[in-house]
Amino acid sequence: MNAEPRILRTQAEDTFAAEYQAARARLPGGPGMAAARDAAFAAFQAAGLPHRRVETWRYTDLRALVRAVPPLAGEAPSDGAEFADPLPGLDRARLVIVDGVYRPELSDLSGLDGVAVQPMAALMEADDPRIGTAFARIDDPMVSLNAALMSGGVAIDVPAGVAIARAIEIAHVTTSAVGAYVRNAVRVGEGASVRIIESHVGRAGSAYQANIVTEASVADRAKVVWAKLQAEGDAALHIGSLAVTIGREANFDHLVLMTGAAIARAQSFVTFAGEQARAGLFGATMIGGKQHADILLSVDHAVPNGSSRERFKAVMDGRADGIFQGRIIVRPGAQKTDARMMTQGLLLSEEATFAAKPELEIFADDVQCAHGATSGEVDEDLLFYLISRGIPKAEAETLLVTAFLAEAIEGLGDEAIGEAFEKVAVDWLARRGNSANGTV
Amino acid sequence: MLKIKNLHASVGDRQILRGVDLEVPTGEVHAIMGPNGSGKSTLSYVLAGRDGYDITEGEILFDGEEILDKPAEERAALGIFLAFQYPLEIPGVATMTFLKAALNAQRKARGEAELTTPDFMRRVKGAAEKLNVTQEMLRRPLNVGFSGGEKKRNEILQMALLEPKLAILDETDSGLDIDALRVVSDGVNALRSPKRSMLVITHYQRLLDHIVPDVVHVMSAGRIVRSGGPELALELEAKGYADYVGAAA
Ligand SMILES: Nc1ncnc2c1ncn2[C@@H]1O[C@H](COP(=O)(O)OP(=O)(O)O)[C@@H](O)[C@H]1O
Ligand SMILES: [Mg+2]
Repeated sequence: MNAEPRILRTQAEDTFAAEYQAARARLPGGPGMAAARDAAFAAFQAAGLPHRRVETWRYTDLRALVRAVPPLAGEAPSDGAEFADPLPGLDRARLVIVDGVYRPELSDLSGLDGVAVQPMAALMEADDPRIGTAFARIDDPMVSLNAALMSGGVAIDVPAGVAIARAIEIAHVTTSAVGAYVRNAVRVGEGASVRIIESHVGRAGSAYQANIVTEASVADRAKVVWAKLQAEGDAALHIGSLAVTIGREANFDHLVLMTGAAIARAQSFVTFAGEQARAGLFGATMIGGKQHADILLSVDHAVPNGSSRERFKAVMDGRADGIFQGRIIVRPGAQKTDARMMTQGLLLSEEATFAAKPELEIFADDVQCAHGATSGEVDEDLLFYLISRGIPKAEAETLLVTAFLAEAIEGLGDEAIGEAFEKVAVDWLARRGNSANGTV
Repeated sequence: MLKIKNLHASVGDRQILRGVDLEVPTGEVHAIMGPNGSGKSTLSYVLAGRDGYDITEGEILFDGEEILDKPAEERAALGIFLAFQYPLEIPGVATMTFLKAALNAQRKARGEAELTTPDFMRRVKGAAEKLNVTQEMLRRPLNVGFSGGEKKRNEILQMALLEPKLAILDETDSGLDIDALRVVSDGVNALRSPKRSMLVITHYQRLLDHIVPDVVHVMSAGRIVRSGGPELALELEAKGYADYVGAAA
């Protein structure tokens, strides 16, 4: 990545610098943490906001898109209770993070016996050396910015052998036009199993910026299902980054559903660290209006005998832009890797766009890897088949789009979570049907 | 029931139907035979209301009413059903979900109440059994992984459930072995009724051994060029379409 120092800074970059300088002394952490923040901010400043010439950010030029920088979140003006449940009917424990700060008194931890939940700010104060390790080898300016400005979040530890039946939601709420920098950690011990939901909502019309970094590790033989719902307010900037390491014979299934925010970026860095591990990585994007949603996926098969399935679907209406950049890396010696990545875009309007860039980087010879990408409109033949049976056009289109997205959502393999996420998709389509006789 | 007068249809610059005249009275079964490319499927699509055809001349009356300006879903609700020559596969839409959506959409359009789930299940079960459509097939995504014969049986199942006034069967026999042909034909014959008309499109006479038509029409180069009784099908079987293919040039 571009590491040479730049002299010219955008106004936004200058504002970030001023904010960091002003907040530096009050951000949580001991001396170790403070030094790490300074280093992270220096890295951010050296790179600047990501722009077109940074390969991984080529479709989301934040240097051009981020004009204003809201103030860093302070004390939250509300507890976020006014936001509707984004996943009604789905039973789960909830860890609530409001404007970047974990709020135990708003959270529900029942059913989580054996699980350790700690405020990330406390780990920062203790200079916990694990903070940041998952991203040690990932050079990304927005992760660096998070490492400088992060205010809190949660750390969840599921000890070895513990199976938690109740899903755990990490619920992010942003209540006003602030910059919220959240850091979470999820560590799943050997043979443990857990289902995580990560949700993101915020005030409509409010130009807040949410930057969430999550570090996760899935130990040997552990089993993790993880579903992210990005349903931010319509004026928001969402930058979500996940780095996860998967151990031997472990299972990791991950779904990102993106429907909110004006500009959204979800980046996942998945590393296979133990043999015979399996990952299913899925995405379902549904956007309209002038929304912009960018998914970056990096899957690093660093050891032999791993298998991964990547399936990303995106539906774009109005003038929305959907993006998928996926890279599967098979390291030297990672023989018998089996990886298949597929991405499909569905354009509901002539002005919508979809850009897909799936890539394979293979340094081992005995592997099975494939990737594919398609983009198109709703199939007229399929549509006519349904309509010819009496199903009105709008309903037929909804059936086809739901089916298109369901293939990704069901890939997660969790019935209850899948059902709740499918409902989000169906609701989106219903709203689209209501607001549109034609699209905006 | 169905009256087609001087129907002309084209796609782009290509004229496909060049003056079709056809009348199918209530309760009758008419067959349309003809060489490949003569416009049989196009006629079936135009009847069902598919977009993309320019109707440059002519009219289609259904129960005395002009239907050319009605969208496909309205025609379906009026009672027009097309069994596709190539039924489509729709991943992600369970066959059962599709059947229910179709049946209830038509009922709604006609101002009838939606069926309750048990009532719907009972109807599907009854119809499916007669056509050897298994519960497992009904749970699968629509036509996905179905064999040619299974797809055709699934078309007839839809017809049985939707109870159309006019059923258009486009080469329902193609791709069927003799046993499958019998199952499908029995299914169709069971739906013959004095209140229901059928337009059976086929390239081969063998289907008409099973579904015996009242009238046989020959289509060539976008027109009905000859009509007669069931014996006409036998004549075509013996002589082939050579006489008619010439006319298409
Ligand atoms: N959508 C279309 N665009 C252009 N040509 C078409 C289209 N559909 C059919 N045709 C042409 O019209 C003719 C009649 O086709 P079709 O109705 O499928 O005949 P049949 O069913 O009798 O075999 C063929 O020559 C075919 O190539
Ligand atoms: Mg045909």
